[in-house]
Amino acid sequence: MSERIFGFALLLLSVAGIWIGWDLRAPVEYEPVGPRAFPLLILTLLGVTAVVMIASRPAPTKWAPPPVLRHVAALFVVMLVYAWLFDKLGFILATALMTVPVARYFGGTWRQCALGGIGLGVGQFILFDKILDVALPTGLWLKPILG
Amino acid sequence: METLNHLFQGFVVAGAPTNLMIALAGCFLGTVIGLLPGLGPINGVAILLPIAFAMNLPPESALILLCSVYAGCEYGGRISAILINVPGDAGAVMTTMDGFPMARKGLAGPALSISAWSSFVGSLLATIGIVFFAPILSEWAIAFGPAEYFALMVLALSCLGGLVGDSLPKAAVACLLGLLMSCVGIDSNSGVYRFTFDNLHLSDGIPFVVIVIGLFAVSEVMLMLESHQAGAKPIALTGRMMFSFREWRLQNWATFRSSVVGFFIGVLPGAGATVASAMTYAMEKRMAGKDHCFGDGDVRGVAAPEAANNASAYGSLIPMLTLGVPGSGTTAVMIGALTLYNINPGPTLFQDQPLIVWGLIASLFIANIMLLVMNIPMIRLFVKFLDMPNWLLVPLVAAVSLVGVYSVHSTSFDLVFGVLLGGIGYLLRVMNFPISPLILGFVLGDMMEQNLRRALSISNGELSVLFASPISIVLWVMAVAMLIGPRVFRALEERKLRNLGLLAAEDAHVEAG
Repeated sequence: MSERIFGFALLLLSVAGIWIGWDLRAPVEYEPVGPRAFPLLILTLLGVTAVVMIASRPAPTKWAPPPVLRHVAALFVVMLVYAWLFDKLGFILATALMTVPVARYFGGTWRQCALGGIGLGVGQFILFDKILDVALPTGLWLKPILG
Repeated sequence: METLNHLFQGFVVAGAPTNLMIALAGCFLGTVIGLLPGLGPINGVAILLPIAFAMNLPPESALILLCSVYAGCEYGGRISAILINVPGDAGAVMTTMDGFPMARKGLAGPALSISAWSSFVGSLLATIGIVFFAPILSEWAIAFGPAEYFALMVLALSCLGGLVGDSLPKAAVACLLGLLMSCVGIDSNSGVYRFTFDNLHLSDGIPFVVIVIGLFAVSEVMLMLESHQAGAKPIALTGRMMFSFREWRLQNWATFRSSVVGFFIGVLPGAGATVASAMTYAMEKRMAGKDHCFGDGDVRGVAAPEAANNASAYGSLIPMLTLGVPGSGTTAVMIGALTLYNINPGPTLFQDQPLIVWGLIASLFIANIMLLVMNIPMIRLFVKFLDMPNWLLVPLVAAVSLVGVYSVHSTSFDLVFGVLLGGIGYLLRVMNFPISPLILGFVLGDMMEQNLRRALSISNGELSVLFASPISIVLWVMAVAMLIGPRVFRALEERKLRNLGLLAAEDAHVEAG
C-alpha cells in the first residue's frame, strides 16, 4: 500500500516538475539543447517509473510496529528542532539539549543522559572549534563568558 | 618506469609528517566506524568529508583521510561480524558465516588475526593493481568524447541500478531522484535558475554535503532506533590471538584467489564489496570440495570474503580516479570531495594532479601497514569500542553530522534541510529504495547533462551522435545488459543459494557501500 501512495507522490512530483520546468527557457539560445531538456527528460522518466511502480506489485513494506514508529517520528522532530536551534542556542547548549531525549530513546538513564549531554556538548566543542579549527556557533549567551 | 617515478613522488607526498598523522587518524577512525554496526564506509566518509574541508586540509590530505577511513572501515567491519555476529558494514556480511562460529569455538583471536591478514593481502594486491591499471585506463579514457562520456555515465548508473536493491523500478526511481536534485540551481550554460523557487540558498544547487549527510547519517540515526535492542554481548577474547602456521597455509590460496576476483569485481561499476565477498565465499566453498567445514568455522570462510571485500573496495577507486565516474556510493561521495576542492575528476586527473593521485595511491600502501598493525597487535583496543552504548553513540553521530553540514555554509537553512532529507531518506530506506544510486545520480547529474549538451552541440542537435562511435555503442549495449542481466542471473543464482543455505545472509544484506 505504501508503495502505491509513494508512487502517486512521485507521479505528482513529476507532473508538477514538468509544469514548472516547461518555462525554463534561456533568454538567448545559442546551443541546440537549452536548460530545460535534461530536467524534462528526467521528470518524464520519473513519471514513467512511477506508473510502473503503481502498476506492478512490489513486496509490501515492513514498517516497524507503531510504538517504534512514534519514537522514530519523535526522534525526527528532536533532530529538526536541534537543527533549528543549532546556531541560535549555540553548539554546546543545543547539543546538550538534543542528547537528553535522544539518549533516553536509546535506553540511557537520566543520569547518563545529563552527563552525556554535557560531555558531548563541551567535548565536541573543544575538539572541533578549538583543536580542529572547525568553527562552531557559540550562541549569544556564551559570547560574554568566553570573551 | 614512469609509473614508478610517479609512485615515488607519491610516497614523498604521503610520507610528509602531517599526511602520515592524517592517515593514522583516518585508519583509526575508519576501523572504529567500520566495526560499529550501522555505521559503514559511506556514512564515515560522508561525515568526515565536510569536516576535512572545514579544517582547511589541502586536497591531497583530505583525500588521504577519506581513503584511509574507507580502508579502515573494510578492516573494522569484520570485528563485529566475528564477535557479535552482526556485520559492521555491508562487506562483512559473509564474514559472519564462519567468523562467528569460530569465535564460539574459542577461536575469536585467530579468526580476527587471520581476517586481518587476508584483508591486508587483499588490499595490498589491489593497491598494486591500481598502480598497474589506473594509468593505462586513464590514458585510454582520454580518447572519450562527450557522447562516449554520456554513455559511460548511463552505464555506471545502470550497473548500480541493476545490482543494488530488490527491484528495478525502485533503483530507477532512486537514480532519477538524484539526477533531478542535481538540476536544482543556476544552469551554468544559460544562467537560468532552475527549481530554486526564488530561494537564495538553492541558487548554487543543493549542497552535496547536505544531501549525503541527510540521506545517510541522519536517516541512519532513525534506522538505528528502529533496530535498537539491548546490545548483544561480544564474545570475550580469550586464548591465543595469532593464527597458527597450519591455518595460515590453509587460507593462502583462497585469499590470493579472492583478492584477485574481488579486485576485478570492484573495478566494475555497481558491484561492490557485498557482491565480491558473497561471490568469493561461494567460490571457495565450491573449490574446497569435501574437505571443509564452511559454515561451521572454516578459516578460508573468514579469509576469502575479507580479502575480496578489501580488494574490491580498493578496486572501486579505479573508475573514480581514472574516469571520474564513481561506481559505488562511497566513491561517489569521494568525487563530491574532489568537486568541493574544485578539482575536475576525470581522465585528465592523472596528468593535471599527479601529486594528488599518486600521493593517494602511496598513502594506501602506508595505510595498509598501519591497519595491519592496528588490527593484529592492537586489536583489543578496538574490541573495547563494541561496548560503546547506543545512548552515547547516537547523539554523537547526530551532533557530528550536523557539525559537518554547518561547517560548509554556516546556515541553519542547510541544517534543517539536511534533517528533512534525513526523514525522506528514512522513508526511502524503509521502503527498500537503494540510496547509493541516488547519490551517484546526484554526483553524475551535472556531468551527464553537460556532456549530453556538448555532444548535441557538436552534432547540431542530431541525436544519432550519441550512438555514432563504436565505443559508445558498446557502452550502450553494456548498459542495457547490466540492467537486465543481473536479474536473470539472480533468479538462477537464488536457487543455488538456497541450496547453500546462504539466503538468510542475503536477507540481512545491508545496502552496498
